Amino acid sequence: MKTLLLTLISTALINNVVLSQFLGLCPFLGVSRKVDTALGMGGAVVFVILLSSALTYALDVWVLIPLNLVYLRTIVFILVIAALVQAVEMALRKLSHGLYTSLGVYLPLITTNCAVLGVALNNVQKGLGFGQAMMAALGTSLGFALAITILAGIRERIEYNDVPHSFKGMPVVLLSAGLMAIAFFGFKGLV
Amino acid sequence: MKDILIAMAIVGGLGCFIGLLLGVVSKIFAVKTDPKVTAVREALPGNNCGGCGYAGCDGLAEAIAKGEAPVSGCPVGGAETAAVIGKIMGKEATFVRKVAYVKCSGTCDQAKQLYHYYGATQCHQVAQTPGRGSKACAYGCLGFGSCVQVCEYDAIHVVNGCAKVDKERCAACGKCVQACPHGLIELIPYEAPYAVQCSAKEKGKAVRTVCSAGCIGCGVCEKSCPVHAITVRDNIARIDYDLCTGCGTCVEKCPVKVIRSV
Repeated sequence: MKTLLLTLISTALINNVVLSQFLGLCPFLGVSRKVDTALGMGGAVVFVILLSSALTYALDVWVLIPLNLVYLRTIVFILVIAALVQAVEMALRKLSHGLYTSLGVYLPLITTNCAVLGVALNNVQKGLGFGQAMMAALGTSLGFALAITILAGIRERIEYNDVPHSFKGMPVVLLSAGLMAIAFFGFKGLV
Repeated sequence: MKDILIAMAIVGGLGCFIGLLLGVVSKIFAVKTDPKVTAVREALPGNNCGGCGYAGCDGLAEAIAKGEAPVSGCPVGGAETAAVIGKIMGKEATFVRKVAYVKCSGTCDQAKQLYHYYGATQCHQVAQTPGRGSKACAYGCLGFGSCVQVCEYDAIHVVNGCAKVDKERCAACGKCVQACPHGLIELIPYEAPYAVQCSAKEKGKAVRTVCSAGCIGCGVCEKSCPVHAITVRDNIARIDYDLCTGCGTCVEKCPVKVIRSV
């Protein structure tokens, strides 16, 4: 139990997927203009990472390791994640139109979100148990949602500030992200 | 050799399996989409500006196909788009091109300034300061250009302390209408000949003490209009463009010349 909790905290805060591992930067910067959309993206990422981690873990244990095909992990995992996202999108469209319209735009974007692949690969490469792997997936995706929501909040306020001309737009956002990363560095002493 | 074959079989098999699975899933979860929605969506500009009031072009396409929105619902696409969509929907398109219009003429030399203003430079922030900025009129254009910042067509500019719309460039997306904290901007027909260039709701005397260009709400235009297209409410004259014939009587009669040609 203690290890699971530690895994959750260390993946969410200390080794934050965006701010200390630099994965999933594209949606982090692209979809963080408004808090609403950032929350939508965060929710979709949590959902997809949990599902894909479970599926790729099972595939790794039952197919790739017995057949000595561990070197095919990357390509197989990408295939599985892309297909999974597609299937989830279709299912959502039919089953819950409300959820589809709020997440729909972000789901295809997640196919190419390297954070999803990163988590799946990390889990199997480190040889984590299933419980711990799922906890790492949950922690990582929650960390992503947290980071993107905070950045969106910051960006909403930056809009109303008198930013120097040369820093307007992306530069000031990148600076804010950098400062956020430094702040998250403070979690290093937590565990 | 054997290893390569196994790897190929696994990846190939997985690909085929996933392909089949996706095919089955798409059959199970097939959602019927109206072919009209797709056709209408393709006819729309695809800027997703939201000027129609729906969430992007997809939202408008759905509403048009359902009959909830008029075929001329897209203000940016104009008459051409409306005609194409009208053909798809089998309806005659009547499109009235609109443009934004700033209902204030309080330029620096017309409206009094109470003090020198230093501070926040966004209209909606200035609108919350005591006295609503340095301009003596509490209803007029603040002149900080929040409308200019949201305009994607470079059609609105602050000239001499008061926003002004470039009629030819305006696409009537309505973003400036939402951006103005004083609600000064309105979409009026492109063909509209005259407009009331003031929004001050104070009584005549109060308006004239703060701005030499304001509407005093005297009601002469209301009485003189031959087609009864003008009403004075809250001390402000309003023109109903569905009725206005553009005869110009009000422009002649207005004692303060606040009804002007657009």
